[in-house]
Amino acid sequence: MRRVITLYRSSVGKKVAMAVSGLILFGFVVGHMLGNLKAFESHDGVGPHPLDAYAEFLREVGYPLIPEYGLLWGFRIVLLAAVGIHIVAAVQLWRQSRSARGKGYRKETSQVFSYASRTMRWGGVIVAAFVVYHLLHFTTGHAHPEFEYGNVYDNLVIGFQNPLVAGFYLVAVGALCLHLYHGLWSIFSTLGVQNPRVDRIRRPLAAVLSIGLFVGYAVVPLAVLAGILT
Amino acid sequence: MKLTLHVWRQSGPRDEGRFETHRMDDVSPSMSFLDLLDMVNETITLEGGEPIAFEHDCREGICGSCGMMVNGVAHGPDDLITACQLHMRSFEDGDEIWIEPWRADAFPVMKDLVVDRSAFDRIVEAGGYISVRTGSAPDAHAVPVPKPDADRAFDAAACIGCGACVAACPNASAMLFTAAKAAHLSYLPQGQTERLERAMGMVATHDEEGFGNCTNHGACQVACPKGISVDYIARLNRDLMKATLTGVGMEGSGGD
Repeated sequence: MRRVITLYRSSVGKKVAMAVSGLILFGFVVGHMLGNLKAFESHDGVGPHPLDAYAEFLREVGYPLIPEYGLLWGFRIVLLAAVGIHIVAAVQLWRQSRSARGKGYRKETSQVFSYASRTMRWGGVIVAAFVVYHLLHFTTGHAHPEFEYGNVYDNLVIGFQNPLVAGFYLVAVGALCLHLYHGLWSIFSTLGVQNPRVDRIRRPLAAVLSIGLFVGYAVVPLAVLAGILT
Repeated sequence: MKLTLHVWRQSGPRDEGRFETHRMDDVSPSMSFLDLLDMVNETITLEGGEPIAFEHDCREGICGSCGMMVNGVAHGPDDLITACQLHMRSFEDGDEIWIEPWRADAFPVMKDLVVDRSAFDRIVEAGGYISVRTGSAPDAHAVPVPKPDADRAFDAAACIGCGACVAACPNASAMLFTAAKAAHLSYLPQGQTERLERAMGMVATHDEEGFGNCTNHGACQVACPKGISVDYIARLNRDLMKATLTGVGMEGSGGD
């Protein structure tokens, strides 16, 4: 533990914390997208919708070996810890960098590689704000007009029938994928991977994964607005 | 060529500083950028003013002293050169040029365009060396070095410590400098003994000096007059992780 703290004290260690927590959150984002696509699975009208059944599965998985909700809360705690570490390290790093240049340039010409890298901080804030709204919307139902616990598919369709809600969702998912584009590329450098063969695929890999995720997330509200999911 | 120059003037470290505008009429496209500043200084001196202070030494791109921001770009608009190698043919007649010192709190402005880069020296002192017995030089082939490693070490050793990486970095981070100074040793057999302590010491000093941290923008690599790659930063990160997680840093230099 002392060694981990020594690592965390350096700026590189904080970057490592960001990379590792970011990787955990990326894993969640992929799993969540795959789960969402269950909304497109055909439903014969008998029994719960496949998306509802999947939600039920998440609540009960492992039962009776572990209590109901056990694994779900386990995951939630890991995710919450990852979000916490990611934000705390980001704020500490941002403060370090902000105080490193008290007086800026009169004439600024940006030489950075990508738009994504310049928008990491504000993009992260947008994503964090969206996550809070999203939990109130679809998990607790506080921000949902006709929330019914357990009826995930109905909640989703009714929620996205409001074009404003769907629009905000698309903007937030876009911000998330831009954030991931720079994040996925950065992880390799931060974690010290330097292999010419890996280097060649870093950019394309980050692009394919982030665009793939954007498409995977965006199709759901778009399908609701287009009347495909009812 | 006719040019309008806005030059940062600051009489000393405590002065607030301001831009001073100079209109130059007879600028030759074959002049170097420092020739232009010399020309401006001649005019200022003839008028009884204080000439613009700027650092320069070799005027051939190897000493690393002539760094300045030209229109917001470290060492000016051309790639892979220092300000002394920049020529006025890279500008258009009638251009306005903003000339500023490197901006980073770890590089305090001493006067006009001159900054104090001794924070770099302290990063090198914290590990950018190898401990060997001195004496007569060993035979060149006594320690075999694979060619690819020698090339990578040499590419890193091309760093002239000019500070353009810090100046260009949106975070004012000196990770490219630090990584290059660590890598030119860590690719060679002689650099292995103190490799992990070196990473610990140099990164700790980098942070203490008040530089920002690396967010992988890559602006440093674009700004570097020697084209040093950000890949070296990944190597330094790995060495630092290894050093802390294996406990090397506990008793070594620069630990906690």
